[in-house]
Amino acid sequence: MKFSVRNKPKSEISTASMPDIIFMLLVFFMVTTVLREYEGLPIALPSATKIEKLKSKRNTAHLWVNKVGLVSIDDKRVPMSAVRHVIYAKLAENPKLITSLKADKETTMRIITDLHQELRNANALKVNYSAKTRVN
Amino acid sequence: MADIAFLLLVFFLVTTTISMDKGIGLVLPAIGEELEVNPKNITNVLINAAGQVLLDEELVPVNQLKGRIKTMLARNDKLIVSVKTHPLTRHQAFIDVLDQLKQARATRISIAEPDR
Repeated sequence: MKFSVRNKPKSEISTASMPDIIFMLLVFFMVTTVLREYEGLPIALPSATKIEKLKSKRNTAHLWVNKVGLVSIDDKRVPMSAVRHVIYAKLAENPKLITSLKADKETTMRIITDLHQELRNANALKVNYSAKTRVN
Repeated sequence: MADIAFLLLVFFLVTTTISMDKGIGLVLPAIGEELEVNPKNITNVLINAAGQVLLDEELVPVNQLKGRIKTMLARNDKLIVSVKTHPLTRHQAFIDVLDQLKQARATRISIAEPDR
């Protein structure tokens, strides 16, 4: 007597909805991607332990300062005395602006204090001192 | 169709950078905002050019600042920490002190202008 396996269950995953899933992922990455990446100035960031993350890239102005006091805001070289005007214009565009201060660890506080004054004059009071996580 | 979607997906996966901006947050005082503060509620942290820290006229190693500030905050929760630096202090020394203050959960931090 022959046994025929008639009711063999199908063990296939349907791939019909795969493009839908891919499209969903695609839309997610398209929405979250911010293409413009700023280069700034070559600096070595200081390190710290108690670090907070900046929530939104869109609400951040990137301000680079190297150890000789060259300042660059969002990829444009800016003289120290013009920082307040540039930041003020950015703040007018986006009131939720946070300035991410990327200063070299060897920068002297004289330069940082000058920047504080410029930022205070522009009324950009929310500052984030960029730092790396300290490796113990 | 799926191929094109895949291609685009890979492109966006590669170009996406998860936000790497992190650091120590601080709110600067507004211009002309000068308040009378009870001298009891203020403590001075001075940093010299060599990165040494003076807490209320007493030399304190940077890594002990956290504990000291914590006990002071436990005694007086209205305490304002005023940080003053020398113009030639390195930024790293300043960040180290801010880091210690943040670890001690000091919320009222004020940056004093250095003397010129």
